[in-house]
Amino acid sequence: MSQIGKSVPRVDSYDKVTGRTQYCDDLAPRNALVVKIKHSSVAHGYVTSVDISEALKIPGVVKILTCFDVPDLPFPTAGHPWSTDPGHQDVADRLLLNRHVRYYGDEVAAVVAEDEVAAMQAVRAIRVEYEELPFVLDVRKAMEEGQPQIHEEYPGNVLAHSTLKVGNYEAAIQEPGLTKIEGWYDTPTVQHCHIENHICYAYEENGRVVVVSSTQIPHIVRRCVGQALGIPWGKVRIIKPYIGGGFGNKQDALYEPLCAWLCTQVGGRPVKLDVSREETFVSNRVRHAIRTHIISWVRPDGSFAARKIECFSDQGGYASHGHGIAAKGMNCFHQLYPCANVEGDAWTVYTNKAVAGAMRGYGIPQAMFAVEAHTDDICRQMGFHPLEYRMKYLMPQGYRDDFSKNENYYDSFRQCLDKGKAYIDFDRKYEEYQNQTGNLRRGIGCAAFWYNTAVWPISLESSSCRMVLNQDGSVQLQVGETEIGQGADTVFAQMAAESLGICYRDVHVVSCQDTDVTPFGTGAYASRQTYAAGFAIRQTAEKLKREILDYACELTRQAVFNLDIIDGEIVRITDGRVLMTLGDLATEALYSLSHSRHLQAESTYQIKNNAYSFGCCFAEVEVDVKLCKVRLVDIINVHDCGKLMNPALAEAQVHGGMSMGIGYALSEQLLFDARTGRTLNNNLLDYKLSTTMDHPHLEAQFIENFEPTSAYGTKALGEPPACPVAPAIRNAILQATGVGIDRIPITPHVLFARFREEGLL
Amino acid sequence: MERQFKKIKFWLNDREVETMVDVRASLTDLLRNDFRMTSVKKGCEVGECGACNVLIDGECFNSCIYLAVWADGKHIRTLEGLLGPNGELSDIQEAFIEETAVQCGFCTPGFLMTAVEILESGKEYTDDELRKLLSGHLCRCTGYENVVRAVKKTMLRRLGKAEGEEK
Amino acid sequence: MYDMKALYEAFSVEEAVALRLAHPEAKIIAGGSDVLVQMREGRLAGMELISIYGIDALRGVSIDEEENIRIGSLTSFSHITKDPIIQKYINVLGEAVDQVGGPQIRNIGTIGGNTCNGVTSADSASTLHAWDAIVELTGKNGVRRQSIREFYIKAGTVDIRVEDGEIQTAILIPKESYENCFGYYHKYAMRNAMDIATTGCSVNVVLSEDKKTIVRARIGYGVAGPIPMRAESAEAAANGQPVHMETVEAFGNAVLNDIRPRDSWRASKAFREHIAVEMAKRCLIEAILRAGGEL
Repeated sequence: MSQIGKSVPRVDSYDKVTGRTQYCDDLAPRNALVVKIKHSSVAHGYVTSVDISEALKIPGVVKILTCFDVPDLPFPTAGHPWSTDPGHQDVADRLLLNRHVRYYGDEVAAVVAEDEVAAMQAVRAIRVEYEELPFVLDVRKAMEEGQPQIHEEYPGNVLAHSTLKVGNYEAAIQEPGLTKIEGWYDTPTVQHCHIENHICYAYEENGRVVVVSSTQIPHIVRRCVGQALGIPWGKVRIIKPYIGGGFGNKQDALYEPLCAWLCTQVGGRPVKLDVSREETFVSNRVRHAIRTHIISWVRPDGSFAARKIECFSDQGGYASHGHGIAAKGMNCFHQLYPCANVEGDAWTVYTNKAVAGAMRGYGIPQAMFAVEAHTDDICRQMGFHPLEYRMKYLMPQGYRDDFSKNENYYDSFRQCLDKGKAYIDFDRKYEEYQNQTGNLRRGIGCAAFWYNTAVWPISLESSSCRMVLNQDGSVQLQVGETEIGQGADTVFAQMAAESLGICYRDVHVVSCQDTDVTPFGTGAYASRQTYAAGFAIRQTAEKLKREILDYACELTRQAVFNLDIIDGEIVRITDGRVLMTLGDLATEALYSLSHSRHLQAESTYQIKNNAYSFGCCFAEVEVDVKLCKVRLVDIINVHDCGKLMNPALAEAQVHGGMSMGIGYALSEQLLFDARTGRTLNNNLLDYKLSTTMDHPHLEAQFIENFEPTSAYGTKALGEPPACPVAPAIRNAILQATGVGIDRIPITPHVLFARFREEGLL
Repeated sequence: MERQFKKIKFWLNDREVETMVDVRASLTDLLRNDFRMTSVKKGCEVGECGACNVLIDGECFNSCIYLAVWADGKHIRTLEGLLGPNGELSDIQEAFIEETAVQCGFCTPGFLMTAVEILESGKEYTDDELRKLLSGHLCRCTGYENVVRAVKKTMLRRLGKAEGEEK
Repeated sequence: MYDMKALYEAFSVEEAVALRLAHPEAKIIAGGSDVLVQMREGRLAGMELISIYGIDALRGVSIDEEENIRIGSLTSFSHITKDPIIQKYINVLGEAVDQVGGPQIRNIGTIGGNTCNGVTSADSASTLHAWDAIVELTGKNGVRRQSIREFYIKAGTVDIRVEDGEIQTAILIPKESYENCFGYYHKYAMRNAMDIATTGCSVNVVLSEDKKTIVRARIGYGVAGPIPMRAESAEAAANGQPVHMETVEAFGNAVLNDIRPRDSWRASKAFREHIAVEMAKRCLIEAILRAGGEL
């Protein structure tokens, strides 16, 4: 019986609904010392002195270490696969604690104490003196001459600049009859807001440092800790238990290096670093705010003669994932609406703000807001129907990208748009909502996107898997790809069961990754889990199956080619006779006095493919003009992420992405005080994450086009749902009011200003 | 500084317990540290996320901003208390599984305890009312969709109404 | 674990007054949803606390011998909303406090704490102002009553005499205030739950018997100035006027003579003024409709 394509319950759901699932803090030793961090209270400057004398007097304080004590070993934090080519390695631009502080909230000193009250008292008692430097918060201003230099090695604060050139832009714009349409689009700094904050604890064991961490990327964190401490990577062991969400923030070495180092400074005693919500907002990672400038040269029929895009990506104080985000965003542009003549420039620029890293969508939500808002601007200015326009000009079937070798094998975009349009009754509502004049106005909008699956060919794609057969015919499965809430373990069990011929319930996924035990794998990011792990799981399952059937051949004297495993039994396929159960075979294999064997398989699969994932969003809004308020009335995402491994889990994952997209469109943004650089709203009250009352029903639908390059026909879904939502909502507001809003979130403040400009108020 | 303790007695999941508690402790501290009720999660520690929600005398409270000493004499219920003696799940836990209302699972215990308060009221609520009753919990994984669905399904089941005939 | 120097617990008003006199530096903690948050963030770290949470005598809603509605200061928001007396006579107060934070906050938050904070954004405060509530304080010299408008002194400061050992023990709504009176509260916030008011507006009216004339209109605001306030010129523009959209317009526009919102990172002065006018009009319309008037 097929094990994939079915909505089986999550393998971890019983434990999660009983509260039994152990997360990092539930596992931490009771005697762990507590770490609290002294953060910088200036946006830019040099620490000239740290006075810890008063803090040391506080009972319970064990040790205080400052930026003057840390090893001089700059290290990178991005959760990228390491590159053995120094030219492609992540930027190493920070120390464990920093003398040169680059944002308000940078790490200056750390207190290790017996309890959190003493630790916090000590943090408050530490006196830090700074030589303050001018700071810069705006990404374009940071590039100007005479602005503060945040990292000496990067003049003009430009961390990286890349270009895109297709055809001949300058020649193409000479074509007569073109309309030039230009826009600037702004996206905000937002935060992941997983409900479990990052937390880790470290202890020494037999001369090695062990870090248990709420991370998406245990094997990568091992390397980062080794680099930061200057110790061999094998001296570091990372253990990842269940985690309370990640969304990219935990695709970074956050405080594991500092925690590991502090542990080594107190004789290897266990130390716990439990990040507060406030610190999560300020001193973890955020999504890059990106300013995007688009110029389109449009023919009277709506086709593009030439286009230009510029992206200015706000990196914050340290490189983290750096330029990858802006580059990825820029490169989606010319493939969404193929155009023969395109120029692009992407800039990633340091500013004195919270550090930007990976976040669900990795540059594409920013790019899609700009590109799909711009598409509606074109339609409005030139009189095209926004849905028909997309139907006509979005990436056609058969399109192939030369770099990634991705191919649009089906006509996914039009299939998705058709499905979404039917659900929301687009055509009728679009007509009905034209030219309204009252205070309450309805509007409907849509947006499309595509997304890559995993990171090849930019970076390494490799997955390793181990399977071990138990006496009862069940199997342990281990991969380096991590369960972070998305349901990866369940889908891994389903895939392995499918290839082994057993029930998914007989696949025991070892959810906890331990770098001492788990096969190498880079972790959860880039919507790669099912796609990347799928190759290794299938290859390893087939290997194990061969081992099993070889052994079955010994026991049954039947040719391997006449044997198969079906529903957990060894079956002679020539006549369908059940020869023995897999359990009987496994027991015999382990305890046989003539030929005892531990049946297992392990393999690595290096993936040299990528796959386009597609989708769209339709949104209907009601705008109360006088109150400057938007109410989301209805919303649907439609995705083609290939074959669904588990439709219910896929649907649930889309809901979460849509929710994140709704917040991105309407309410979420981190605000920085212009005078000090301090984050103003570093808590869940002032940072407006959507609540149950801010959503209508979220509709998620799918087109299931089997992905030909994939081990099980599946491809990216984790990040895609967050990509098209904001522009769809923005375009719906445009239809309702006639006012194009070129910045998100579209808060009442933004609407108030724009409605006044446009004479609506 | 001298530590101040208070002896308190309360019912924890219907079992009478007694302990000496540091007066500085929150109810979250008490439940997690002294009684290992690790379903009580810490997400913000200022009453904004709902992860530490427990029932006190039948009403929902964020235990992070509730002093442990106030538990004296109270009936406190955590998610651990929902489980039957042989590991049976309650209907609302079953519904969370059936409706895929669980992802990372970190907000789940808090949501479940609010659902218990909603369901034990014995009332039928509209979708909007249910959303309001659940609005003290933040979740980043689910968009709340399946959580609301699971609570509604259980509410209708308990009221003996088939799904589909809801308001 | 909170950074608390000491905790004193009172289980009766007398104990609370005695503790307050003995520990004048200590901070009163009722439900704790503000005090504990401030203690954690450092503002109140190291303080002594007097917990009055255990004084059950201060919970509940009743009608006293003078026919005032009496709300014990420790009554939680959710209990106010569910209370039959509130629902019958001053439902708008129940609706207003039903918009505080989320359900768990409404179970712990108390009306006494909400008002003693002295913050302008308190969801109960605009309605209490609009209904001329009386604050009852109990100290070593007995009971003292104070109009809510005089109770608020400045942002974060209310008229409680610590030196007399005072604590707030009740909030009263006089009969002449609630009789035949109907109100509506509008909370403007950036999301629909778990939020503080950008501006809160509470309007109530008494209509003539024929429902054609506004006999009395009152309007209270939160976050229209440093403390909750009334908009008296708006009230003057409506009192004695016909139930008519022109009156609604005049009422709304007059609000700008009274309110004094400021620019902050949460909202600009111009934005707050704009929505305050719009909210006044919408609240007056709703209040009139509830009172049986037609527009």
